[in-house]
Amino acid sequence: MTTTSADPVTFEDALERYDPVMGMEVHVELNTASKMFCGCSTVFGADPNTQVCPVCLGLPGALPVVNARAIESAIKIGLALNCSIAPWCRFARKNYFYPDMPKNFQTSQYDEPIAYSGWTEIEVDGVSYRIEIERAHMEEDTGKSLHVGGATGRIHGASHSLVDYNRAGIPLIEIVTKPIEGTGAKSPEVARAYVAHLRELVLGLGVSDVRMEQGSMRCDVNLSLRPIGVTTLGTRSETKNVNSLRSVERAVRHEIGRHAAVLDGGNRIVQETRHWHEDTGVTTAGREKSDAEDYRYFPEPDLVPVAPSREWVEALRAQLPEPPSLHRARLQADWAFSDLEMRDVAGAGAMNLVAETVAAGAAPQAAKKWWLSELARYANEHDIAIDDVPMSPEQVAQVQGLLDAGRINDKLARQVFDGVLAGEGTPEEVVARRGLEVVSDDSALGDAVDRAIEANPDVAAKIAAGKHAAAGALIGAVMKEMRGRADAGRVRELILARLG
Amino acid sequence: MSGSNAEISRDDVAHLANLARIDLTEDELERLAPQLSVILESVATVAQVAANDIPPMSHAVPLSNVFRPDEVRPSLTPEQALAAAPQVDQQRFAVPRILGEEA
Ligand SMILES: [Zn+2]
Repeated sequence: MTTTSADPVTFEDALERYDPVMGMEVHVELNTASKMFCGCSTVFGADPNTQVCPVCLGLPGALPVVNARAIESAIKIGLALNCSIAPWCRFARKNYFYPDMPKNFQTSQYDEPIAYSGWTEIEVDGVSYRIEIERAHMEEDTGKSLHVGGATGRIHGASHSLVDYNRAGIPLIEIVTKPIEGTGAKSPEVARAYVAHLRELVLGLGVSDVRMEQGSMRCDVNLSLRPIGVTTLGTRSETKNVNSLRSVERAVRHEIGRHAAVLDGGNRIVQETRHWHEDTGVTTAGREKSDAEDYRYFPEPDLVPVAPSREWVEALRAQLPEPPSLHRARLQADWAFSDLEMRDVAGAGAMNLVAETVAAGAAPQAAKKWWLSELARYANEHDIAIDDVPMSPEQVAQVQGLLDAGRINDKLARQVFDGVLAGEGTPEEVVARRGLEVVSDDSALGDAVDRAIEANPDVAAKIAAGKHAAAGALIGAVMKEMRGRADAGRVRELILARLG
Repeated sequence: MSGSNAEISRDDVAHLANLARIDLTEDELERLAPQLSVILESVATVAQVAANDIPPMSHAVPLSNVFRPDEVRPSLTPEQALAAAPQVDQQRFAVPRILGEEA
């Protein structure tokens, strides 16, 4: 049974009658060197089935042993989300048959998560929202299936599947919110801001690369609507694998309209998983929740309980970086940015990048300018996260250093960015290869100035008569001849020296 | 299905068989239901011995916090890993497609 399609309802229209309630489930892949329960490497992009062993292949008799660093990372994430840390908890087997898990169960946590009952705070358009955290629990990632024979790489129409278990057993933390209520028309932005905030938080802890495009952070969006004024929750849909910040926002928006259309038509929402289609911006029905989803959890007998001592937890708490809100306040003071400027930087997801650029020697305003202009544009055009722009904060600071030293000007700087982004080398190498250095050498400039004066006698006469403002036209002519590489200040001095 | 007076119905067995991907005939379902009920009943007698001061145990030894350092150890070679695979394609385990589910 699937939901009957109905006339689409616009987002604005839906919000006049319905109150959305969201729930977010975010999986974070930890950046430990080895897997959760075995010593196999976790390096991304290795040849298929080169990072597997009897434990992560689920061979009979193999025994798992917990990675201490994964536990520490889980506790750190819990603490950063203001969670209580369980003094004693166990792993559990989540039993299901699917080729991505060769053991026929996934080692997870069930009713004893390592971290629970936390909260975190996010901001959208200057308004704070407190997001309650239900739990953060540990589990292991699954293998990767490649469906062959089908047209789209999806299982539908595939004749068989090819499985690579390199990813199986990589430690994951699943962070689950309590229902997020009262966000109304801001729901899509709140969902996005929450995921962006988690990303920043986890990145700050240094426990994951949180690269959404590589799948080291994955997001499921649960959404339900209820008529305004009603307090009981409506039936929810679970949209799986919404894997970019932009998609999170779009998926919430889409589901609000879809639910409203179903409810307006007098139909019921079916509790089901749905698939997000990045290209078309819609979700389609997946599995309906049913009896088949009976995972028969039971305590994992091969792993003894985890009982972090208070001393251990407090030692980890002492290692936490300052929380993003405090960190941001300190940066704002250091950089002398306005609230609006901070919001722009945060909105672009460039807080850490600007901070690193400043640390590498650039002035805060300059660092902000480049990340929010050239580099944000590049990320947008290539549809990648700003962190994945192929230029480091150090390189951005180097370009600014060239500018500050007068070796390039603003226009040339943009060409340097183009070159570095195109993979032509470091800023210095791009300047050298493309010949972008500003010419301030008088003999080279002098000849160009003379030619400009000769070609523009009227302008020259005006300047000679004391109208120094007219010098701009001659400077422009020299710039044009030297393809933007002339030192404008020096050109002006040379013109005035000849005509003044 | 829990508790000491557990009675396992034919439908319970069918459900569990389906979850465990075991194909059972009508005859087998009819035969296994009473057998499983007896097993469950026998196990349930343990509950009569367990007083309130005996906490339930999930592990045979009273140990906790057995960890290993986060160090990479050698993995199998792909040849070793794939040696027992019924079918191999592109250095991956080739398996029949799974019906009724979307990955
Ligand atoms: Zn392994």
